[in-house]
Amino acid sequence: MSDVIDRPILAEEVAAQSRLRIIDCDVHPSIHAHSDIEQFMPKRWQEHLRTYGSHLRTPYIGTTPYPRSSPLIARRDAWPPTGGPPGSDLDFMRKQHLDPLDIEYGILQVLDLFIFSQQNLEFGAAIQRAINDWQLAFWSDREPRLKASILAGQDDTEFAIAEIERCAKIGRYVQINVCPRANEPLGRRRYWPIYARAQELGLPLGIHVGGYGGHAPTGGGWPSYYVEEHQSNAHTMAAQLTSLVLEGVPERFPNLKIVFIEGGFGWIPSATWRMDRHFEAFRSEVPHLKRRPSEYVKEHFWFTTQPIDEPDEAKHLRSLIEWVGADRLLFSSDYPHWDFDDPRYAFKTPLTETERRKIFNGNARALYKL
Amino acid sequence: MARHIVARTSDIPPGGNKVFGVEGRDIVVFHVNGEFFALLNRCPHEGAPLAKAACVARLTSPEPGVYERSRVGELLRCPWHGWEFDMRSGQSWFDPKRVKVRSYPVAVESGEELQKGPYVAETFPVHVEDNYVIVEV
Ligand code: FES
Repeated sequence: MSDVIDRPILAEEVAAQSRLRIIDCDVHPSIHAHSDIEQFMPKRWQEHLRTYGSHLRTPYIGTTPYPRSSPLIARRDAWPPTGGPPGSDLDFMRKQHLDPLDIEYGILQVLDLFIFSQQNLEFGAAIQRAINDWQLAFWSDREPRLKASILAGQDDTEFAIAEIERCAKIGRYVQINVCPRANEPLGRRRYWPIYARAQELGLPLGIHVGGYGGHAPTGGGWPSYYVEEHQSNAHTMAAQLTSLVLEGVPERFPNLKIVFIEGGFGWIPSATWRMDRHFEAFRSEVPHLKRRPSEYVKEHFWFTTQPIDEPDEAKHLRSLIEWVGADRLLFSSDYPHWDFDDPRYAFKTPLTETERRKIFNGNARALYKL
Repeated sequence: MARHIVARTSDIPPGGNKVFGVEGRDIVVFHVNGEFFALLNRCPHEGAPLAKAACVARLTSPEPGVYERSRVGELLRCPWHGWEFDMRSGQSWFDPKRVKVRSYPVAVESGEELQKGPYVAETFPVHVEDNYVIVEV
């Protein structure tokens, strides 16, 4: 890694005008077979996984609730020729994704086994731990472009801290991921010890939306359609941003960096405008906030780009990028899922060279210290 | 437009497709319900390979609760974001005025006719007993 940092950045940037390598902040590896993961689990939990499966709110073992647009929510062309689910074959991932798109680094985001939805907290802890080890053994050790995240379900704060310590000692993880739909909104104090540790370690906090928490994914209840559920990712993100900001997390942890993953970014302006306006009226209710909510948003939060918004008129995407700020955005593809964004074609509006460099590479390089 | 013999009809099974490089372009030829359709193998949205698309039916609903399937197998559902395209015209069902896959005229001719015509590819073995798929590019 150090050769990357030591290279003269300026010269590299000039050369990069023609060839901009991509840092992809949302790549999904998946488990080829349960036995891959079981080797990192105590016998007791291996048996539990085999007997009871993943999570009480999901159907039978080995199934997902429904195909969600396509089997395993995957691109139809992402099934490895060698068998196994999309995202489970490193060589195929190299061939289909990392090499042709010239990915310099890919940040791994594991969703398998409903890691964050487990209400049996000990079982949840066992699979988080196993997956943290598996990410290194099966991915990062074999492919230095792929960077692992520490998965730490925050509803068992004590375990989360222990797992963060354990992984931080290994030192190869670039981020701490917590549950996007935990038992309580993310700003709550019960979760603060995790944020304190993340700040001390200088690791960004990653929040990848999706999965099944115990709550309906919309404030209005359970959706009927997948297209309806997919919309709810933006509501979830807006709710979590509001909770984090208004409960005072960035105020209390000024060096904590928070990354919202897979929520897109079209919803940010209105959520933030509304917070600012209400803050003026209700300032006395939240006197722990020293600044306007938008100022915290602009300094402490980053947002990955996928699924990118595609307004009918390109100029509206343009203003959105300008409003959110090119320095807040991190390119992500969501490979190998069905709503994958191709860095070459996803932005339906022209970007300046500076914006491209920031969004596709520079912001992530600085944030994850790559 | 030049005519290119790309395959024997029997090379592309019913319901299947095959990709051919024709004049520097990847062209995918589908075989659906006894007909052949040729399209550029690239989705106009973000470039997904249409050879991996699902061949689906047109599903319509005149009112909530009433569903109708038609033109079974003739609609392409992009392997990535699921936009649907009409195989006959390349037209998108999503925003038909603005989004279209380039489509190409396809003909099926017997080897006998080909031998008579001016378009026999020199390097292509012609078996008079077969039918050939011809794409105009
Ligand atoms: S690339 Fe085909 S729908 Fe997006």
